[in-house]
Amino acid sequence: MKAQPAVPSAPTGATSTTGAVVALEHVTKRYGRGDAAPAVNDLSLTIGAGEICVLVGPSGCGKTTTMKMINRLIEPTSGRITIAGEDVGVLPRVELRRRIGYVIQQVGLFPHMTVADNVAIVPRLLRWPAARITSRVEELLELVGLDPAGYGGRYPSALSGGERQRVGVARALAADPPVMLMDEPFGAVDPIRRERLQNEFLRLQEKVRKTVIFVTHDVDEAIKMADRIAILQRGGVLAQYDTPDAILGSPASEFVERFVGADRGLKRLSLGRVRDLQLTQPVVVRPGDSRSDARRRMTEDATGFALLLDAADRPLGWIDERDLRGDGPIDPESAIPGAPTVQPETTLRDALSTMLLSSVQLGVVVDERERVLGVVSVDDLSEALRGGDGATPSARGGPQA
Amino acid sequence: MRSGQPFIRLDWLVDNADQLARRVGEQLYITVIAIVIGVIVSFGLALLVRRYPRLGGPILGIAGTLYAIPSIAAFVLLIPITHLTLWTAEIVLVSYTLVMLVRNMIAGFRAVPADVLEAADGMGYTNAQRLWRVELPIATPIIIAGVRIATVTTMGLVTIAALIGSGGLGYVIVNLGILRQFPTATISGVVLVVTISALLDWGLAILQRRLTPWSQARAG
Repeated sequence: MKAQPAVPSAPTGATSTTGAVVALEHVTKRYGRGDAAPAVNDLSLTIGAGEICVLVGPSGCGKTTTMKMINRLIEPTSGRITIAGEDVGVLPRVELRRRIGYVIQQVGLFPHMTVADNVAIVPRLLRWPAARITSRVEELLELVGLDPAGYGGRYPSALSGGERQRVGVARALAADPPVMLMDEPFGAVDPIRRERLQNEFLRLQEKVRKTVIFVTHDVDEAIKMADRIAILQRGGVLAQYDTPDAILGSPASEFVERFVGADRGLKRLSLGRVRDLQLTQPVVVRPGDSRSDARRRMTEDATGFALLLDAADRPLGWIDERDLRGDGPIDPESAIPGAPTVQPETTLRDALSTMLLSSVQLGVVVDERERVLGVVSVDDLSEALRGGDGATPSARGGPQA
Repeated sequence: MRSGQPFIRLDWLVDNADQLARRVGEQLYITVIAIVIGVIVSFGLALLVRRYPRLGGPILGIAGTLYAIPSIAAFVLLIPITHLTLWTAEIVLVSYTLVMLVRNMIAGFRAVPADVLEAADGMGYTNAQRLWRVELPIATPIIIAGVRIATVTTMGLVTIAALIGSGGLGYVIVNLGILRQFPTATISGVVLVVTISALLDWGLAILQRRLTPWSQARAG
């Protein structure tokens, strides 16, 4: 009904505000009377512009309190917090919050508003013109991988958990804030979807480059998501603040060492990504292909399996070499179903665990549309670990070419 | 019942159509005033409870006690204070609506999920914006459910208020029907009360659907 805006929306990269430096200076929070033990104690932390800083620690360590002091859902007892040098304490609270993206575990989508209206909330609070809101909502839904035409008019009750969380991220990004606060954003979804959402968010962050303060109690998630990890211990004391690599390589205290776990060596697998590996191209077959032809192509392949794809290049399953005897077309029924898939952003640790759980110990690497990019094997993984001075498979953090 | 007469005298209905229409008008007038004032007072009380949750128990307790007073006694007890005016009826009727309206309004506000409230605060809603744009819309189905019960109940009570001279269909049922042993009036009055109640209830149900399209989407 509404006319499209005269000016086409610019690509996200051009319009988006990138992150701002967030600094906590001697921040303390005491609940109740003055003599109570502080929830956060004299915390100083500088989060670089465009970085993901993960606050992690056991329950009662004050990580959520710390995060909520940034948008003043909780007021600090003492100390100062600045965003791009500006003291958050002097801004009116609602104005401050409209400039900071906020994502929570239960998402908190408004049930009485459609997906499009939910995403439009902060722009409306800021009284953007209607045409700008419409185009911004479309842009954001596309950015998080939801078709605006199909999803914009739906109510949250008609969405899956993963879809709700994506709408939650789109809503937080709506007014293009320099800073995003994310409180266990993927804590309520199952492990497989969580992995996907994490990957999606990392891909998104490559584009938007916000300063993200991310709270979790899960060390593996922290290692995967963080540019820097702040490990807090009970009473809101900062135990260590460093890159994941440095924390795993040289934990600053016994507490950190215990917290990151005895399997630090294995956890370092989380620092490498599937995209760091050399992918091999599998022998690819499609339903109806000739068996004899497939068999001929298999002779050069060491794995003994051919990958069955559908018309859109998505994996259907593996076909054992032995099922390719005789003539006639390939029967899709003979495929071993559920070829486990991983994405370029998947950590080597998650990829290893995915592969070990499947009968064919190969990981099919797919892009965001589930199209096959290649295959990795457990051997590829251990190869990568042995190379590159035995520690991390490759430098991490930077965007890939 | 006088003998030799049909049970329902259609000629009486035709002759008295004007009076019946007027009584229906009175009945609606008294009911709607009671509900509107009841909704306003209850909303105020519910807002008080939203702000000070501790007041929830006492307010519901008082509303429940008012509801427990037998209606005839309440009407009669008020006559020395307010005399035989419309207000005598309205004070009693409004007091009776409170228990249903306040309870459902409080329940409606409590039904707003905590994560929705946290998200609203986190995105920078002011307190008033949060109330009007988030909490009230989400509470609407439960609030209207309360209004429906209160409306039907009030319709019934208004007929009793005819005893203190406030008119309405109670006058037709009691004064024209029961006191004169004239079943045509009694039955027509009752049928009209039931019909109007059903129509109001149905209208409110439709209003609720129109106001909250999202609450139907849940089933899909």
